[in-house]
Amino acid sequence: MKHLLGTRELGRDEAIALLDIAEDMAAVQEREVKKLPTLRGKTVVNLFFEDSTRTRISFEAAAKRLSADVINFSAKGSSVSKGESLKDTAQTLQAMGADGVVIRHHASGAPQTLATSGWIDAGVVNAGDGTHEHPTQALLDAFTIRRRLHGASSRGRGLDGVHVVIVGDILHSRVARSNVWLLTTLGAEVELVAPPTLVPVATGAWPARVGYDLDAALAGNPDVVMMLRIQAERMHAAFFPNSREYARTWGLDDARFDRLPPTTMVMHPGPMNRGLEISARAADSPRSTVREQVANGVSVRMAALYMLLSGERGES
Amino acid sequence: MSMRHLIIGATLPSGERADILIDGGIIAEVGSISAPAGATVHDADGLIALPGLVDLHTHLREPGYEQSETVLTGTQAAAAGGFTAVFAMANTFPVADTAGVVEQEASLGRSAGYATVQPIGAVTVGLKGAELAELGAMARSRANVRVFSDDGFCVSDPLLMRRALEYVKAFDGVIAQHAQEPRLTEGAQMNEGVLSGELGLVGWPAVAEESIIARDVLLAEHVGSRLHVCHVSTAGSVEVIRWAKARGIDVTAEVTPHHLLLTEDLIRGYDPRFKVNPPLRRAEDTLALRAALADGTIDIVATDHAPHPVEAKESEWDAAANGMVGLESALSVVHAAVVENGLLDWSDVARVLSETPARIGRLRGQGEAIAAGAAPELTLYDPSASSVFDLDRLAGRSTNSPYLGRTLPGRVVATFHAGYATVIDGRVRPSEETAELAAAANGGIHG
Repeated sequence: MKHLLGTRELGRDEAIALLDIAEDMAAVQEREVKKLPTLRGKTVVNLFFEDSTRTRISFEAAAKRLSADVINFSAKGSSVSKGESLKDTAQTLQAMGADGVVIRHHASGAPQTLATSGWIDAGVVNAGDGTHEHPTQALLDAFTIRRRLHGASSRGRGLDGVHVVIVGDILHSRVARSNVWLLTTLGAEVELVAPPTLVPVATGAWPARVGYDLDAALAGNPDVVMMLRIQAERMHAAFFPNSREYARTWGLDDARFDRLPPTTMVMHPGPMNRGLEISARAADSPRSTVREQVANGVSVRMAALYMLLSGERGES
Repeated sequence: MSMRHLIIGATLPSGERADILIDGGIIAEVGSISAPAGATVHDADGLIALPGLVDLHTHLREPGYEQSETVLTGTQAAAAGGFTAVFAMANTFPVADTAGVVEQEASLGRSAGYATVQPIGAVTVGLKGAELAELGAMARSRANVRVFSDDGFCVSDPLLMRRALEYVKAFDGVIAQHAQEPRLTEGAQMNEGVLSGELGLVGWPAVAEESIIARDVLLAEHVGSRLHVCHVSTAGSVEVIRWAKARGIDVTAEVTPHHLLLTEDLIRGYDPRFKVNPPLRRAEDTLALRAALADGTIDIVATDHAPHPVEAKESEWDAAANGMVGLESALSVVHAAVVENGLLDWSDVARVLSETPARIGRLRGQGEAIAAGAAPELTLYDPSASSVFDLDRLAGRSTNSPYLGRTLPGRVVATFHAGYATVIDGRVRPSEETAELAAAANGGIHG
C-alpha cells in the first residue's frame, strides 16, 4: 500500500490484513513498554489544515509508538493561512524529507491531489478530507465492532452479516461515507437514517439502505447503532427546524436506547453532543464503545503507518 | 505580403468542390478559377472550407487579468482554432460596463489583427446585479454593442432581468443569461448527483439552471424581447428551451464544446482541469445536448474560452478556478462529438459555429456563406488528421485545456481574416506581420 486515501478502493483482503496488524499493535499497547522500533529514522508529518486535536494526537501517538519522528504542521497561524498553496507546503515537506504525510483538509480530494500531483514522494494518509472520506475512522470502527463480536478470535475475520445503522448528518459526513464502503466490503449490512435534507440527493449507487425513520430502523434490532455528530451550523441553513425537533426525531434518547437489545453496540466517532444526537446514559453505558474507539484508533493508525512506511512500499 | 489568395480544390460546407479567390477585401470568386497574377496559391485538396468561425462567448481577460490572456494572445488562440471573430465577455477589470472600456477592447482587437473583437457589455454595473449599466451608451459607442451579459454571474433579480430584456429592445440588443440560481448553488463544486455524493463535493443541481431558464423565457415572452441562454448544460434545460421555441418565444441557446464531449466522471481524480461552471454533467446530458444541437433547439456552439494561469489550477479542487480554454480545440471537439457520429454535417457546423452566432450578435461582415461578394473570412480544416491534442496546439497565454493528452480528429490548416491569412500551414502568423496586414486592410477598407 502506497497511500491510504479512502476505503472505497480498499479490498476485503487488504482491509482484513490491516485490521489484523492493528490487533498486533493493540497487543503491544497492553505491554509495559508500548514502543516498537519499526519506523525508527522515518519522519511523519501531521499536516492539519483543519483543527482536530483528537485525530492529530491519535496519529501522533501511533507514529511515536512506532519510533518515527513526528512533526506537527498546523495550517492555522502558519504561512498557509497567509495564502501559501498546498503545492508549496507539499514541496516544503518534501525538502524536509518527510516519509509520510498525514493530512486533514477542509477540501474533499486534497489528499488525493497531494498523493498524485508529483509534488511529494511521501506516503499519504487521509486523516479526513472535506465531506469525502475518513478512512482510519472507519477502520477503527470496523476494528472495534470486530473485537466486540469476536474478541480474541477476531483475526482473519470480516463483518459478515453484521447489521449496522448509521444515524445523522450523512450528507456532510466523511465518517459515514468511509464506513459505508468499508463495512459493506467486510460483509456488513448498512442502513442509513437521517432527515431527508441530510442525505445526498442520489444514493442509489451506495451499497446501503436509506430511511428517515429511526424507530423503524431500531426495531430491526441492529447489532450496531452509530450516531453521528450534528453540527450547530446546519440548523442555520434550514436542514432541520431546530435542535429540539432533531433530538426528538433522530436522537438516541433514553427511551430509544432502552428499547434496544442488550447486545447492541452504541458507537460515536466523537466529539459528542450529549442530549442532542445521543443521551448521556446511552453514551456512558457499557454498550457504548466510545472510549474503546479512541484506544483502538491508535492501534489502527499504527497499522496504517506500518503498512505505508515500513520496508518497500508497493505500487498501490 | 499579398492580399490576393487563391484556394484550390477546397470542399465547401455543401460538399461541392471549388476554388476560392480572395481579392480586394472580399471573396471575389468561387468556382473553377485560373490563378490571377500575384495571387498566393493554396492547395486545399481534402480540406473543408468553412466561413470564418464566430465565437459568441470568449473571455479575453484584458483589461485587468493579462496574466491569463490578452486581446492579442486570445485572438491568436482564436485564429489557431479557425475563428475570425470573438465576442469578448464583460468580466474584465474594470468591467466592460461603460462605452470607454468596450471601445478600448474593440480597438485592441483591430490593431492586433487576428480576429474581429466584438465586445459584450455588462448588464449591470460591475456585474453586481444591482443596477443597469449604461446599455444605451455601449450600444451607441464605436464598439456597437448588441449583446449584454453578466456572464460569470446570473442576473438573478427577476425585476432587473425583466427591465434589461425590455430596455435593449430600443437598439435590437439581446441579453445573454448565465443561468444559475445563486442560492441553489452556494459553494457548488460539481454536478449534483450520484458522483457528487460519493466524492463529497457540494452539488450544483440541474434545477438551478433550468429554473432560471424557465423564468427567463416566460419573461422574454411577456415583454416581447430577445433572450440568449449561455452554455446550456442539462437535458432539462433542453426541454425547457424546446417548449419555449414551440411556443414562439424569441430565445436562442448555446452549448459549449466541452459539454458536448466531456462528462462528470472525469472529476473522479479531482483534477482541476475539469472544473468549469456550469459543471460537466452526466452522459445523458451530453446526449440530450447533442440531439438538441442537431434538431435546432440549441442554436450554436460557443466556447466559453476561460484562460487561467497555472497556479489557479494547481491546487485542491475547492480552491481551483472554474474554466477551460476552448478556442483552439473547439472545431475538433465538435467534430468528435457531433460530426463523426453523423448528427451534424459540415453545413450544420458552418451554421452553428459561424452563421448563427454572427446573426444572434448582429455582427456584420462575419458568418457569411462562402460566395462571391462575401466578407473574406474563411477557415480551412483538415478533417482527416487525427492526433493527440498537445501544448503545441495551444496558441493563447494559458494552457488549462481539458483535452491535453486526448486524441482528437481534425486540424485547422489555415484561417483568413479581413482578406489575409492569420494562420497558415497550421501556424499562427507572427504578431508584427499580422498587425501590419491589419493596418493595411483597415486603411484599405476605411480609407
